[in-house]
Amino acid sequence: MKEGIFQDLPNKSNRVQRLVVLPFGKSVEIAYKSILVRFFRSLITTLSLVLAVSFLSFTDVSNDVANGMLASGSAELRQTLVRAGYDLGPEATNVASSPKQRWIILLSLLVCAVGIVNAQLMAVTERFREIGTMKCLGALDRFVLRLFMLEAGMQGLAGSAAGALVGAVFALIGGWIRFGGAAVRQVTLTEVMASMAAATGIGLGLSLLGVLYPALVAARMQPVEAMRVEP
Amino acid sequence: MSSVVRVSNVTKSFKLGKIEVQALKGVDLQIDRGEYLSIMGPSGSGKSTLFNMIGGLDKPSSGKVFIDEVDIAQLDAYELAWLRCRKIGYIFQTFNIIQVMTALENITLPMIFAGMTNDAAVQKGMKLLEQVGLGDRHSHKPFELSGGQQQRVAIARALANDPAIILADEPTGNLDLTTGEEIITLLKRLSQQRGVTVISATHDFKMLNVSDRVVWIRDGRIDKIENREELSISIGRIGVRE
Repeated sequence: MKEGIFQDLPNKSNRVQRLVVLPFGKSVEIAYKSILVRFFRSLITTLSLVLAVSFLSFTDVSNDVANGMLASGSAELRQTLVRAGYDLGPEATNVASSPKQRWIILLSLLVCAVGIVNAQLMAVTERFREIGTMKCLGALDRFVLRLFMLEAGMQGLAGSAAGALVGAVFALIGGWIRFGGAAVRQVTLTEVMASMAAATGIGLGLSLLGVLYPALVAARMQPVEAMRVEP
Repeated sequence: MSSVVRVSNVTKSFKLGKIEVQALKGVDLQIDRGEYLSIMGPSGSGKSTLFNMIGGLDKPSSGKVFIDEVDIAQLDAYELAWLRCRKIGYIFQTFNIIQVMTALENITLPMIFAGMTNDAAVQKGMKLLEQVGLGDRHSHKPFELSGGQQQRVAIARALANDPAIILADEPTGNLDLTTGEEIITLLKRLSQQRGVTVISATHDFKMLNVSDRVVWIRDGRIDKIENREELSISIGRIGVRE
């Protein structure tokens, strides 16, 4: 290094190339490895999400089953539903989730979101030193933010998908036990898949929402502050 | 020749509860290119604070820090990240190896940030690991390495982007005598080979043997600056006093 330190700093006016980079593929790789290394911790963070999403998926798919029975037009299946406690008017053609159901789902998702924020805040605090080190190596705020969002995204997707699957399976088994095989056969695969996809999407959204604040705190940290934290 | 680092009348105060503590009370310092400089002082003297200022890791309350005659307070976030990534290598007392990555991944990370391709980074990373004597341990995680080995990884990481300045904050503070000496020798050798300016904050007297200049900090001010020739005398005196 014989010449000036700043001579190869790209000029502000024609700064086409970026000063520091973290390719997206590499970010995904780092985030993925990070989850694997802390697998048990990630599992616990994800568990509340799995439960909430499976509850959501269970309710939705149960309604799908009931709707399938109604759509079949069979009077017998309709009677079965009424006997099972579904509040059906004589003209009703579909079963919507009751206000009570919606309220419970909302509550469970809310509790789950709080749980995610809590777990992620702790996870981020544990990693202050790592974040500080990365910043000393030239990481921008947005690299840190991106890594945490990616991690939460992967956890959210895996957790929600697992939850949705569990919920759907239990809803189908429950329907089969309550109404018999003929009833469950009325429900179409598309409807179940749509319910599962919706539940997964909501779970993913919650996971990303929950990590946003902790990740922002981590990303905005000055390297020194981050390093001062005792390991 | 212009100085590579110039510290001009820097003060820094922290708020500890309601009390304001002045860690630095006006420090002026010039560091030449290629120099091996040690900042010495008891703990609490403000040497780590000064060190953080020089590295652009913290902002002074007043005064200015110039790197290569550029005021680093004028740099935006991107330029500062670029400076940290390409031009300054950091070494810490606690090694600060990223625990979830292997030795090699730790070293390639700053090169990835600098825009190098993965293959080129891995190739260079292996070469650096060999230079610090850890060629066969590239796939080890930090917890599988001893303190001295971790510090070697940190040195290799600091050199990854061929920086102009290496900042070492108590690099031997967590190491035993022999390992500490090995690390100091390694640092000195690499700095000579590459013509890198090494600035280290320390209270390890072993560091004095290799330093071109020693800055003694006491109570937030520079007590004295000594060249290597003057050193042996003052070390003798300290030895007697303590």
